[in-house]
Amino acid sequence: MAAAGVTTTLDRLRRSGFVALLGFALLGFVGIWLVVNLVKTPTEFVNIALIGLTYGAIYGLVALGYTLVYGILQLINFAHGDVFALSGLVSFTTIVSVLGLDRDASVLAIVGGMVATLLVIMAIFAVVNATIELVAYRRLRRSPRLAVLITAVGMSFIIQNISLATYGVNFRSIPSFVPRSEVIGIGDVTYSWNKLAVLLITIPVLVLLTWFVRETKQGKAMRAVAQDTEASAMMGINVNRTISVTFAIAGALAGAAAIVYLLQFNIRYDTGFELGLIAFTAAVVGGIGNLSGAVLGALVIGFVQAFNEGLTWYTPGSDWTRSIVFGILIVILVFRPEGLLGERTPEGA
Amino acid sequence: MTGVEARLRSYGLGALLALGLLLLAFLYPQYVESLGDLPLVGDYIPSLSSMVIMLIVTAMALGLNIVVGYAGLLDLGYVAFYAAGAYAAAWFASQQFEQWTFHFGSVGISKELPGIHLSIWLVLIIAGVFTALAGILIGLPTLRLRGDYLAIVTLGFGEIVPQVVRNGDNVFGFDLTHGTFGITPIDSPGFGSVGDSLGLPLSYQQSFEREQWFYWTALALLLVTVFCSRRLRDSRLGRAWIAIREDETAAAAMGVPLMRTKTWSYAIGAFFGGVAGAFYASFRSGAFPADFYFNFSIFLLCMVILGGMGSIWGVILGGMILGYLNVAGLATIGSKVQSGTGWDWFEPTKFQFGIYGIIIVLMMLLRPEGLIPERRHKRELELGVADTPLYDVTHEGADTDREPRND
Repeated sequence: MAAAGVTTTLDRLRRSGFVALLGFALLGFVGIWLVVNLVKTPTEFVNIALIGLTYGAIYGLVALGYTLVYGILQLINFAHGDVFALSGLVSFTTIVSVLGLDRDASVLAIVGGMVATLLVIMAIFAVVNATIELVAYRRLRRSPRLAVLITAVGMSFIIQNISLATYGVNFRSIPSFVPRSEVIGIGDVTYSWNKLAVLLITIPVLVLLTWFVRETKQGKAMRAVAQDTEASAMMGINVNRTISVTFAIAGALAGAAAIVYLLQFNIRYDTGFELGLIAFTAAVVGGIGNLSGAVLGALVIGFVQAFNEGLTWYTPGSDWTRSIVFGILIVILVFRPEGLLGERTPEGA
Repeated sequence: MTGVEARLRSYGLGALLALGLLLLAFLYPQYVESLGDLPLVGDYIPSLSSMVIMLIVTAMALGLNIVVGYAGLLDLGYVAFYAAGAYAAAWFASQQFEQWTFHFGSVGISKELPGIHLSIWLVLIIAGVFTALAGILIGLPTLRLRGDYLAIVTLGFGEIVPQVVRNGDNVFGFDLTHGTFGITPIDSPGFGSVGDSLGLPLSYQQSFEREQWFYWTALALLLVTVFCSRRLRDSRLGRAWIAIREDETAAAAMGVPLMRTKTWSYAIGAFFGGVAGAFYASFRSGAFPADFYFNFSIFLLCMVILGGMGSIWGVILGGMILGYLNVAGLATIGSKVQSGTGWDWFEPTKFQFGIYGIIIVLMMLLRPEGLIPERRHKRELELGVADTPLYDVTHEGADTDREPRND
């Protein structure tokens, strides 16, 4: 018996050693590829890295929504990406039609209008997301997890079609108020205002979220429920309200992400589907359920996307971005299901 | 004789109903035109070619049912198997590989035509086996994951495969998939000159009764799938799948080899998807990357959920209903309502996935066991499962000591 135990242990060691070797080899290749690209085209490399940072910030905001909900309900909220897209379209209406901002407006009007839109959209979509939970997921708490997951897929299609019915198939974009002129320029490396604006919104939101989860009573309740639902219920935590609050925060983050996204790109009804999948991948890469992991994963995915689409030396190109991102997702789930920062969960084991 | 009689009696009404339906289905080409002339409902009757597509998607849904319904593994990337089957058909029965000329049992085309041309009957099997192998390849690394992680990984594969297909026109200089154009034409099924002398069509596409022959073949394909599904469900393997679905830990403790059993469900589910996909490609005479999108996976999943996970009759019903809505129904209803009421905004085809989404959510909330529930699965939903439970809000107390629900 002991001998059999030893052989299986040896076998496992050898196998994990091989897998680790494979992993390091792969990482090594990626490292070499990055260095060669850096040496060949240093200016582009840095510029592309800055684009990656912008992508990462946007993905991070969306990924946090996935990871918060997953942490507390162990549910992949497929509808999250579509909530993001819908909030982007609504913010488009708010900025362009309601506030009537355009490029000629004064700086004060633009900044004030954007901040007002941000707050309004975050509030609206906090309510929307909490309502989705109330209507669709709450009744399924007792059901097998598969049932909730399938419902989430259904909700995703419903919300996507609400966007389609309201806004049609055209891409929407806001006028580029934020100038693309540079904030800092060293040689040909430029960092423009519109990229900085993304960080100017993202970083305060992240700080606020961290403060909320760490310091407030409600944040403590969220962490407790995520850790052990039953025990926290016994300690007098209102579990249902905590779950609603979590969904509300996730919705607010999606709203913030959508406005940030609008500053850079245009949006339409199905933008949320793919972006949602990428953001979810980011959450898994960082370790799902882990807040800083989500941001880290989002940065990794953002850089991967930017480098893949921007670099020139032996680069697969944008045709392959989706495959690469999902390839990373599969590799991470298979070899390190707990993610870069997460703890090993029974689900992933 | 008495044995047959006794068996028939034990099947009872169900068998009679099945035979009647089968007869009606078999004779459909004879009376479809007279049905179309009926007042009021005539316009809603699906044409023969619509019926072919409905039967094929139902066969695919039955394949998905093996994975989702029997083994309880949520597969959100089933479209990958459809794509694999369609492209296998395209590789072995078209002019795609012009550098090689090889004919074996090809019908209705010149023997000098370049490319690989095997008999479609053979190609269906090859496509099934190829897709099953693809299923095993996808399954081996991912089936260790449970539940929702598996769902997201299959979704990932479902997204990767179409992109690979779209970009596969230059794999190190080799044109594997012909890129966004897809591969067309694909050879037609047929019985060759031997069949011709027996009164069977030489080649379906060149036959005057093209749709009728495709219809009967699709019906046969569906029947084979139903037969296999039934036999598999009652087999040792099928019982192992259901045991895993109901309680993975208990199944493992009882000696069910988890990985092997799950991989088999993937392989067999993929096999049927591949065969149906290859037949569909032959019917449409092409494999086009635009067909292989995520929504199709959800469309099939919706059929399984609507009918009832694990229930063969249910999936057939769900598949025919949604297949009909997708192919003809929504368009007909939309144009009828538009011309009747003048509501220009009424475009059900544009919002068909919203409609499917509503169906999914409503079914999950109100009737999770489906239209025609499978007995065991219904009990599972009523009594709850030993899956990691979510917090129970409607009942006091921990989930571990809960009583069966009586509402």
